[in-house]
Amino acid sequence: MVRVDGSGTSSLIQVRGLDKKYSRGGEEIHVLQGLNLDVDQGDFVAFMGPSGSGKTTLLNLLGGLDVPTAGSITVAGDAITSMSRGALTTWRARHVGFVFQMYNLIPVLTAFQNVELPLLLTSLSKSERRKHVETALGVVGLSDRMQHFPRQLSGGQEQRVTIARAIVSDPTFLLCDEPTGDLDRKSADEIMQLVLTLVKDYKKTVLMVTHDPVVAEKADITLHLDKGALVESGKLAGAMAGGAR
Amino acid sequence: MAIPVVYNLRSIRQRWQSALVAVLGIAGTTGVFVAMLSLAHGFKATMMASGSADNAMIMRAGADAELNGAVTLDTVRIIQDEPGVARDAQGPLVTAETVMIAPFPLVSTGTDANVQIRGVSPKALLIRPQLKITQGRFINSGLTELVVGRNVSGTYGGLSLGSEVKFGGAIWHVVGVFDAGGSAFDSEVWADANVLNQAFKRPENIFQSITAHLTSAGDFQKFKDAVTADPKLTVDVDREINYYNKQSQGMTGMITVLGGGVAFIMALGAIFGALNTMYSAVAERSREIATLRAVGFGAGSVVFSFTLEALLIALAGGLLGCIAVLPLNGYATSSLNLQTFSNLAFAFTITPFLMGLGIVFALLMGIIGGILPAVSAARLPVAPALRGM
Amino acid sequence: MKYARLLFANLFRKKIRLTLTLASFFTALLLFGGLAAVKSAFNAGVDVAGVDRLVVINRVSLIQPVPISYEDRIKQIKGVKYVTHQNWFGGIYKDPKNFFPQFAVEVGSFRQVFPEFKIPEDQWQTFVKDRQGAIVGAGLAKRFGFKVGDRLPIQGTILPGTWEFNIDGICTGKDASQESQMWFQYDYFKEKVGGSYKDMVGWYTLRVDNPDESGRIAKVIDDQFSNSSYETKTSTEKAFAIGFAKQFGNIGALVLIVGSVVFFILLLVTGNSMAVSVRERTPEVAVLKAVGYSDTLVLWFVMAESLIIAVAGGMAGLLAAVGLIKIVAIMGNLGGMLPSISVSGSQLALGVCAAVAVGLASGLLPALGAMRLRVVDGLRRV
Repeated sequence: MVRVDGSGTSSLIQVRGLDKKYSRGGEEIHVLQGLNLDVDQGDFVAFMGPSGSGKTTLLNLLGGLDVPTAGSITVAGDAITSMSRGALTTWRARHVGFVFQMYNLIPVLTAFQNVELPLLLTSLSKSERRKHVETALGVVGLSDRMQHFPRQLSGGQEQRVTIARAIVSDPTFLLCDEPTGDLDRKSADEIMQLVLTLVKDYKKTVLMVTHDPVVAEKADITLHLDKGALVESGKLAGAMAGGAR
Repeated sequence: MAIPVVYNLRSIRQRWQSALVAVLGIAGTTGVFVAMLSLAHGFKATMMASGSADNAMIMRAGADAELNGAVTLDTVRIIQDEPGVARDAQGPLVTAETVMIAPFPLVSTGTDANVQIRGVSPKALLIRPQLKITQGRFINSGLTELVVGRNVSGTYGGLSLGSEVKFGGAIWHVVGVFDAGGSAFDSEVWADANVLNQAFKRPENIFQSITAHLTSAGDFQKFKDAVTADPKLTVDVDREINYYNKQSQGMTGMITVLGGGVAFIMALGAIFGALNTMYSAVAERSREIATLRAVGFGAGSVVFSFTLEALLIALAGGLLGCIAVLPLNGYATSSLNLQTFSNLAFAFTITPFLMGLGIVFALLMGIIGGILPAVSAARLPVAPALRGM
Repeated sequence: MKYARLLFANLFRKKIRLTLTLASFFTALLLFGGLAAVKSAFNAGVDVAGVDRLVVINRVSLIQPVPISYEDRIKQIKGVKYVTHQNWFGGIYKDPKNFFPQFAVEVGSFRQVFPEFKIPEDQWQTFVKDRQGAIVGAGLAKRFGFKVGDRLPIQGTILPGTWEFNIDGICTGKDASQESQMWFQYDYFKEKVGGSYKDMVGWYTLRVDNPDESGRIAKVIDDQFSNSSYETKTSTEKAFAIGFAKQFGNIGALVLIVGSVVFFILLLVTGNSMAVSVRERTPEVAVLKAVGYSDTLVLWFVMAESLIIAVAGGMAGLLAAVGLIKIVAIMGNLGGMLPSISVSGSQLALGVCAAVAVGLASGLLPALGAMRLRVVDGLRRV
């Protein structure tokens, strides 16, 4: 279950009092203030909001790519906000699968080799790695494109390979930053179909930033950033509607 | 329609690190090229300045260097009366000379150098009017006196004006310094020929060479024919200037080949560097190039523009290289001339011609480094480039 | 190595750039090898000079002879093991450009003083018995196609006339300089020339029992003949060779300067190339780090790339230098000006080290940049 009031206990992802400040052009911007979040295994959360509201910043913090000014983030019992840069790197490899909007794949490697990348960091043997990669590519439906290079794949296929890479080491959760932003409607739908399969059939936990209301609708819950903290979509709309009435 | 040059200048400024790298590569290569050429030129010029067109050198037939020659006093007397020999009030202007090698320490390293000692006759100065006594006086016949060239005291130790030197079982006094106009003689030590023969226990009245001053440069052939026709003589006759030209060929050739080889390989490297720079320039600016093409500039203009850019970089590199080596001009060094087996002091001699060659060399590197990338720039398919792919 | 695929895929990303950077290393190390060979050629003789050998020349001038009568007196000095005498011939074989050193040697004592020359015993015996015999170095044999049994005509320069020799043997020495010489019998020389050469020799070379005694023995020899009509100057063979080499001016310094310029430029070119290459891949580096590749691992990837290019291009260049120098040697050492020219093993090793050093240096800054890159910065839409 997803909560934003800081009242959750024993949730998979637990965020308390998250603060993030940074300076731009001499000014200090307080992009996240006192943010709370609880996410459980198998939840599919969408984050929406205007540009600059801090969605990507939140995602980066949750993925251990950035450190907060204050507050704590705990994932499966690990307090990642107190980890060193090196420890965070190791933690990420194990626990997070990333899907960005673009630049995901290394152009000089085949689809197979791209998906294999996270596994190279482990001590798995070559044949074990092959098994995992083939499985992941099978889940995303690209078994017949394993030896293709990114330039030989369509935009949608590239994102599917990315998703395969994101799930190949069986991470604790997936972080997606506008994964369908660069795709046409049809490909976007296919990707979302795949994500829902991962959530429903494989019980994956997915946190996704998106601009697209059609995409957000598919999630269990949509959250907005309002004055630096998270607010449930329905409640915000209700409050506005209530105010207008 | 030509693409404005200001576009090239601005692009160079924008990616100045890559451009600078190419400039430095070409500058270094040009510098080494000009330096090597000026070293060879300095050596050759020093040797060539030693000979004049209106003097003839006579040596034993088959001798390839003065050191290996041997002529008798009788030969000298016969030569003196041949047609074409100039005369003054005292008689024929002919000098018979002996040549020796003696070790003196190099000022620069302290180890010994083979210094050429020349035993001369009183007429030596008359035969070589370009020589002037600048300090002290000329030697007196029959005494153990030395007069040295202007480079001697700076290059070899213990031979400055007024010093006493011990060799060949005698004590010699340095009584004068002469200026030989930047020729090989400036590295020589002169003494009286007969005194020198005695000191070195060589047979009396045997000399290494005879130099005769001719009535005019045009009379050389007359003189040579007369000498070669004479059955009593087995000698080789050559213009003095030709003799020195031949004696310089070995070293000059070696410096030129070595220096040329080095410069050639460096040029290859500089061209690779320039190619790298220009290819990445083309890659970075593919969208701009496509825009220019779409706007209406033809393929030829693109090729010309990029080649021009490469040439600008090359020109900058060439100029920088020439300026950087300019301080070397006149820098003195010395070396053993393997042909004469004696040490010779000479200097880097940078002439405007050599610098011009350097600039041409740099521009050549620029063209080779620029043309291929320029052609590839013109061949870029326009539409995909505009789409940013 | 499991990361090899990623490394090589990245190396071959832009084939033209890879080729050009490899070529830059190639030319720089080619030049290095060539210059190192030239530098040693000018110092030829220094490396092969025996530590237990002394050279006795006429003090007044190197080209003046010394009396033969000195030989017995030198032999009797305590600490002197063997003595031999030689004379420089300096003739021309067909063309002055074909210059090579020719010596008249005393057959009885020559090999005692110069034991390093290897020659088949039967060939040596033929030579000893043949008045007009000659031994040529293996390098000369290769250069001019000499074979045992050939006739060798030499045009005299210091001593006129045409001299005919029979090639009785081919010898090998420690290096190329020793293999480009020719020897013939001193007795033949003396007999054909006559005159003053009957009781004079060019110089003496002697071997001492104990190299530490060299200084003392040299002094004893020179003292013995001082104030005579032919004073001597004795020095170790090595000192003699070094003195000779030093007359070629600052060849060493020149070579060092040119070499430094070359390497500096190489560093700039390759450093720039690496920097551009890494900069292009900023988003990919960011993604790797997001996926869990550590900062140090990314640093090593870049350094490894740089090193592979450096070593591959550099070694190819060094090998080419060896080949090029071999061609120069066979073509006659630039008219005989450079007696021995070859690239030694230690110079090759030094070259590889230099290539590695430049590879490390040129990769360092881009590698550090990649290491320090923050994922969030790298993924920012450019």
